[in-house]
Amino acid sequence: MIDVAFLDATVRTLLGGVPLTLSLTAGSVALGGVLAALAAWGRLSGIVPLDWIARLYIFVFRGTPLLVQIFLIYYGLGQFRPVLQAWGLWTFFREPYWCALLALALNTGAYTAEIFRGAVLSVPYGALVAGRACGMPRLLLFRRITLPLATRQALPAYGNEVISVVKATSLASTITLMEITGLAQKLIAQSFRALEVFVCAGAFYLALTFVIIGLLRLAEAWLSPDLRPRPAARPA
Amino acid sequence: MSAFTLLGFGPGGWGGALLVAAGTTLGLALCGFLLGAVLGGLAASAKLSGLLPLRALAEGYTTLLRGVPDLLVIYLMYFGGSAALGVVGGWFGAEGFIGVPAFGVGVVALGVISGAYQAEVFRGAYLALDRGQIEAARAVGMHRGLILRRVVAPLVARDALPGLGNVWQILLKDSALVSVTGLVELLRQAQVGAGSTRQPFTFYLAAGALYLAITSLSTWGFSRAEAHARRGIR
Repeated sequence: MIDVAFLDATVRTLLGGVPLTLSLTAGSVALGGVLAALAAWGRLSGIVPLDWIARLYIFVFRGTPLLVQIFLIYYGLGQFRPVLQAWGLWTFFREPYWCALLALALNTGAYTAEIFRGAVLSVPYGALVAGRACGMPRLLLFRRITLPLATRQALPAYGNEVISVVKATSLASTITLMEITGLAQKLIAQSFRALEVFVCAGAFYLALTFVIIGLLRLAEAWLSPDLRPRPAARPA
Repeated sequence: MSAFTLLGFGPGGWGGALLVAAGTTLGLALCGFLLGAVLGGLAASAKLSGLLPLRALAEGYTTLLRGVPDLLVIYLMYFGGSAALGVVGGWFGAEGFIGVPAFGVGVVALGVISGAYQAEVFRGAYLALDRGQIEAARAVGMHRGLILRRVVAPLVARDALPGLGNVWQILLKDSALVSVTGLVELLRQAQVGAGSTRQPFTFYLAAGALYLAITSLSTWGFSRAEAHARRGIR
């Protein structure tokens, strides 16, 4: 009943899409992280225009489907081709890879900004006051107190966001990028064996998800030294 | 032609078509959400039941559907649905490719996906239930069905509302993925308009604005509903 040869061929084909899925994920998580940090800073800066720009960015990119954002950047910007060519940006927006990366980064950046903002706000006020009382300047206070505590707080929600980026990279297949879902769709259309291909492709995504969950657990343990068991008393 | 006449309601304007398509998107999301509520409720009760096979089944369902890209699920339903129909059709002597209705495929796919998320929401809300309420109901002599209807269901619905709001927003945006099956919902209609007028930016921007309007209205609606549901609590 189970066609091992077909499954084997499917897995081999889909394996070819893994590097693209990973590179889209890594690229958009990195760029999205920068955008999120900027937007979170804008929201927390107390400077009204910056606050509103960040609010607008988050509202628009969280309120519209990612697929619309991808199409808007990849197909939509083609409407302004002469302008983009004059600015020398066309080589960038011509490539589906960069368009997908940009759309994914802008999208995850908006969600991540709110995670970062919440995490910074969760830092206990007393800890900041204590730091200030020791005479820490603002940057040192941020580096030694706010950043480690906020990072620990943001980690679980941030992990969920990274996992949803892995899944979101599948939309890149709609603009001709042959990552795992793109290859799976092609295989299904050729063989009409939807279930087998789905199971194989799904297994790849689940495996990626589990790897990310594992890495997050490690990071969480590393950032929570207060929860570790006490080191054994050293012999005197 | 300016963007206003292009997106307007006059002759040659696409405004009407886009609004109708937005209605399709809403209908699609609503049907998917309702199917998801049924599936989610079943999965949540399976997870909370003591029966190991039921629990394992529900656990597998939610883990798989939450870990796999939604687009992949839609492809499975679309191609797998017609393949399955082809097999069933073969029994009755039909031959060749049988297309499945795209709206039905979309509803089933969105329902199955959102059901996995709703299951977690319902389970969380049930676990947050104050046991004293059930004991009190039992103490006044209510039987199981009555307790479920008068005590458990309203309290779970109240606690699940914020989570359901999140699921609804995700589902609304996921419904755009159904455009890959060719169903003329909002994004697909924008694609058609973009293709025939060669003004993709204008059309995708208009579609984005309509999605934004729907999600904003939903946010407002859910916060009203939450306030209403929590009116008895200070």
